[in-house]
Amino acid sequence: MKKLFYSQKIAPYVFVLPFVLTVIFFWIFPIGNGVLLSFQDVLKDEWVGLGNYKRLLSDKIFLKAVFNSVKYMIGTLVLLIPFPMLFATLLNSKLMKKPGFFKSIYFIPALTSVVVGGTIFRLMFGEMETSLANQVIGALGLDAIKWLKGQWTSYFALLLLACWRWTGVNILYFLAGLQSISTDIYEAASIDGASKWQQFIKISFPLLKPTTVYVMTISIYAGLSMFIESYMLWKGNNSPQNIGLTIVGYLYRQGIEKRAMGYACAVGLILLIIVMIINMIQLKATGTFDKEKR
Amino acid sequence: MKSQKNKNMLATIMLLVFFTVLAILILIPIYTIFLASFKPGGDLLQYGLNLGIDWSRMSFDNYVLLFQGQHEYWTWFTNSIILTVITVVATLIVSAFVGYGFAAYEFKGKNALFIVVLIILSIPLEVVMLPLYKQLTGWGMMDSYVAIVLPFVAHASTIFFFRQYLQGLPKSLLEAGRIDGATEYGIFFRLILPIMKPAFAAMAILNGMNAWNNYLWPLLVIRDSKKYTLTLGLNTLINPYGDNYSLLVVGSFFSIIPIFVLFVCFQQYFIEGMTAGAVKE
Repeated sequence: MKKLFYSQKIAPYVFVLPFVLTVIFFWIFPIGNGVLLSFQDVLKDEWVGLGNYKRLLSDKIFLKAVFNSVKYMIGTLVLLIPFPMLFATLLNSKLMKKPGFFKSIYFIPALTSVVVGGTIFRLMFGEMETSLANQVIGALGLDAIKWLKGQWTSYFALLLLACWRWTGVNILYFLAGLQSISTDIYEAASIDGASKWQQFIKISFPLLKPTTVYVMTISIYAGLSMFIESYMLWKGNNSPQNIGLTIVGYLYRQGIEKRAMGYACAVGLILLIIVMIINMIQLKATGTFDKEKR
Repeated sequence: MKSQKNKNMLATIMLLVFFTVLAILILIPIYTIFLASFKPGGDLLQYGLNLGIDWSRMSFDNYVLLFQGQHEYWTWFTNSIILTVITVVATLIVSAFVGYGFAAYEFKGKNALFIVVLIILSIPLEVVMLPLYKQLTGWGMMDSYVAIVLPFVAHASTIFFFRQYLQGLPKSLLEAGRIDGATEYGIFFRLILPIMKPAFAAMAILNGMNAWNNYLWPLLVIRDSKKYTLTLGLNTLINPYGDNYSLLVVGSFFSIIPIFVLFVCFQQYFIEGMTAGAVKE
């Protein structure tokens, strides 16, 4: 027995065992349980078949939460890919001095927890005339706004929080991508008379594709599963007319606050299905399946 | 030639101005909370956060409260440190063990299992959060740090990083170990662990940062306020009674400091850890 444990045939399985156990106990069990629960009304302790899912499709608040999450995700994609890419390209230029210093400064917000960052932004976007956001628009001659009570003004605050925390990190991703592109290509292009802008469009942009796909995927996951940002900005899970409610926020409200575990699990599974579809598309597009067969 | 030089100079200056402005914008939120840590807590409620400085109202009162007042802040702070250290040590050892298994051996089912790593890598915790919570409640593990750490010690992205790091390992090293009479596990603990130091540093920082800032899962797991972590504790201060806001603002600012100090000392590892996933071979 002992000899078997030490043999070269068995050892690899011992090495990966902790992961296998984790997958079984902390992923497959809960997901399986979640599936079973999603067919039940836990409060009444009865099976309802597809009842929870049918209810979800006509649940206006759930649809609002989906709308909010998708809206947030699209906003982060639009802001947190092109700008960091452009900034990274500029930082990477030979004309730029001390890029490392700036890179570090931009990373600092990522060090803060969402709790601290969210609290700072909630107080910066306060209703009083003296909050920073109102002072800024006041300087432009506009009246104070109740930022976190309006649908679009609060969307702006949420996106600004996301940009503040993640611009620096995404710049790092793109810089890492740019540094893997050979400088010869740029030299050849510049000899051929290509302008810096043409070089960015024709060389950097296409060769950065793997990085862009990666950043896009993590932004989609993070965007769709956003919750704590909104939880912090509105001091809890309740925002006026649910303007800050997200898919995970709704899952939390139903499962933890209302104890409707079955209904909440149905929400979770819908999110899981969406994420898995995106995941499969991404793994296929980047050829991960083939690469592993090698 | 000279005009080209001038043009370059101008471009450099424009770039520096642009990035300096961006740096200032990014630092403003942290600067406002730094300023607020010297203002009375009540001001925060009344005026919000801003860049105003009124010297007559600024004092070290909040810091006195932080260091000498009656509150649980330092309990939370200690808890966060303990939890972060446990998480980092456990996650690193277990994940390195698994990552080595993937990198060093060929075995049946390896590819399928590695695809599972990649899939789990991308499932947000929020999706399994509720059933996992219910399951661990059933196992009587609620309100304990075990429930916070254990489900994530074999951590998919950390495993992925270690596997990539060890992928290029010369197989002759393993053979040499075997000839010297080391067991398969002896090879890992005596030969491989010591050469993984840089990879450990990057992952220690990444996991440490996540553990220190973790909020949602501990929020579900922990009930007893004596076991609160810093993020949980800080969030209980958001209700504006007593001196809560004074402690909230100074405590929030102070909670950034440990991570910031580590960042200044080990910048390179932060950056490596963060970008580890992006550049796949």
